[in-house]
Amino acid sequence: MTVMMGRPQREVFGETVAALADDDRRVVVVDGDVGSSTRADIFEKAHPDRYLQMGIAEQNMLGVAAGLATMGLVPFISTFVAFAVVRPLDQVRVLIAQPSANVKITPSYGGLFTGQTGMSHIIVDDIAIMRSLPNMPVIVPADDTEAAAALRWAGAHEGPVYIRLGRDATPRVFDPGHPFRFGRAEVVREGSDVTLVSTGAQTARTLEAAVLLAADGVSAHVLHIGTVKPLDVEAVVAAAERTGRVITVEEGTVIGGLGGAVAEALGEHRPTRVHRIGLRDVDVQSGPNDALLDIYGLSGIRVAEQVRSILAF
Amino acid sequence: MNGAVGASDTAAGPDGSELDRLREIARRIRVEVIRSVHHARAGHLGGPLSAADLLAALYFHELRVRAEEPRWEDRDRFILSKGHSSIALYAAMALRGYFPIEELLTFDGAHSRLQGHPDMTRLPGLDMSTGSLGMGISAGMGMALGARLTARDVRVYVMLGDGECQEGEVWEAAMAATRYRLDNLVVIVDHNRLQQYGWPGEGPDGRTPPQAPGELVAKWQAFGWRVLHIDGHDMASILDAFARARAGDGRPIAIVADTVKGKGVPFMEGRFFWHTRPIKPEEYEQAMRELGEPVLGAPAPEVTR
Ligand SMILES: Cc1ncc(C[n+]2csc(CCOP(=O)(O)OP(=O)(O)O)c2C)c(N)n1
Repeated sequence: MTVMMGRPQREVFGETVAALADDDRRVVVVDGDVGSSTRADIFEKAHPDRYLQMGIAEQNMLGVAAGLATMGLVPFISTFVAFAVVRPLDQVRVLIAQPSANVKITPSYGGLFTGQTGMSHIIVDDIAIMRSLPNMPVIVPADDTEAAAALRWAGAHEGPVYIRLGRDATPRVFDPGHPFRFGRAEVVREGSDVTLVSTGAQTARTLEAAVLLAADGVSAHVLHIGTVKPLDVEAVVAAAERTGRVITVEEGTVIGGLGGAVAEALGEHRPTRVHRIGLRDVDVQSGPNDALLDIYGLSGIRVAEQVRSILAF
Repeated sequence: MNGAVGASDTAAGPDGSELDRLREIARRIRVEVIRSVHHARAGHLGGPLSAADLLAALYFHELRVRAEEPRWEDRDRFILSKGHSSIALYAAMALRGYFPIEELLTFDGAHSRLQGHPDMTRLPGLDMSTGSLGMGISAGMGMALGARLTARDVRVYVMLGDGECQEGEVWEAAMAATRYRLDNLVVIVDHNRLQQYGWPGEGPDGRTPPQAPGELVAKWQAFGWRVLHIDGHDMASILDAFARARAGDGRPIAIVADTVKGKGVPFMEGRFFWHTRPIKPEEYEQAMRELGEPVLGAPAPEVTR
């Protein structure tokens, strides 16, 4: 199987937001001293006057972004997912989500790939947390193509947005130019035996699992959820109806994450048994990307194994 | 009830009659605070009363705002970071003509635009939602920075409590604002030397003040701010500090205003338990008498909750 690698989503972040700012005077980047990691430095080179360094002070940073938004600016946040979601959560809740401030929360280093930094830098519950906030869309792009398109969409959208971006290059799922359709799920592989629902960079590995399963004669239908909130309930129901068996796969906790969202939707609209593959209330650790995928059961091979054993029941 | 009061349009320094006018507005803010909190049987008292003179000076003298056009883009911004004092802000806004004074009686109620803590999505004229202490200064810093980036002559005023200054975020913002030389940002600390509960000690009401004497002035100075230390109940000093704050020298400005929690109602002054507490009918009448306000009609009906 030949895998076409995409570019790291963080680079796409720096470039895309810089390009947005070329055309839109309102765009600024607010950084928490990690611009050299999140590649906000690309933006800084292009627009030094609109690169706002806030230092290592994330609570203040999110509050400043809310204030900037009321003055008509469009701030994009540059930090790690781990430091954008939890520490300043109260600021996000009171100053951004509740009043629907036009702030783009666009951190990278989402999921397990954080450059072998371990538990302090890996946050697995960001999707669960952010999707519980009022007015807050949650987008988890599959690859560089979707990341760029989602960032452009966010720049034009009025209101808060959360986009979880990745640090490292991962396989490309969508050809360049593939449009981002907010709130719409995408069937990325047709199948008839089991429906796999996944999000973010995990979708590429879920597709890999589907290929392995096909070799065993299992036909997997794969639905990619680029927008976790609002969830494309119609597409989820249709995908569930198609095979009658649903398994969610995500690079994050199964508690309240994509698995939670899908189970909630199906419970309400088309009761279906849902199995959830992802981190099951476990702690995390540092390690090379491939090792972490193996340990937490998210490599293509490990996903295929788990799907087989779920189907064997 | 009385109608709205106009803002001062005199450009010259405040004369005695302007000071008297503002003192009377501050008194009326206090009256409306007592009336509304009594009516709602909920809300805060000590903090709103200590901030009344500062709010009168802001809304009737200093802020370039238009009550009839609350979203006017070039208005000065005001953030009540100590959002629990919302009723004093609402009273100032009502008197200034943002909305009818009668609406103050909806304070704290369901569907009211006058939420327990300021909710900018409900009431035009509120520049930021607050209530979780420590955040207003960050938002204010963003506004001051935003004004500069969009080349607008806008000044941003943020009122903090002295207890609120225990929040780490305040000092994150204090550091960052100096870095950006935001001299269009004015913080006003309502230094009433009480917080909600705090520690026992030798301060007012047998409590320890949130900050030791001189500590706030020293801290803001140490963070690179220009500090003006005033009596927050002396109208002439308040106006003078605001006038001096207008002349920027590259440093953000902190006005440390010494105040008395519960000011204007002697039996509430300096007592920590009046931070938030329902008012009994006889206390209501006494408070109104002490504020020189006749108690009109029957007091609000007794409600058990
Ligand atoms: C983050 C946060 N923690 C706690 C509270 C509860 N609270 C409301 S007012 C208050 C005391 C505030 O004291 P201070 O800032 O001195 O205000 P003032 O005395 O002027 O009322 C507290 C602890 C809150 N609103 N927000």
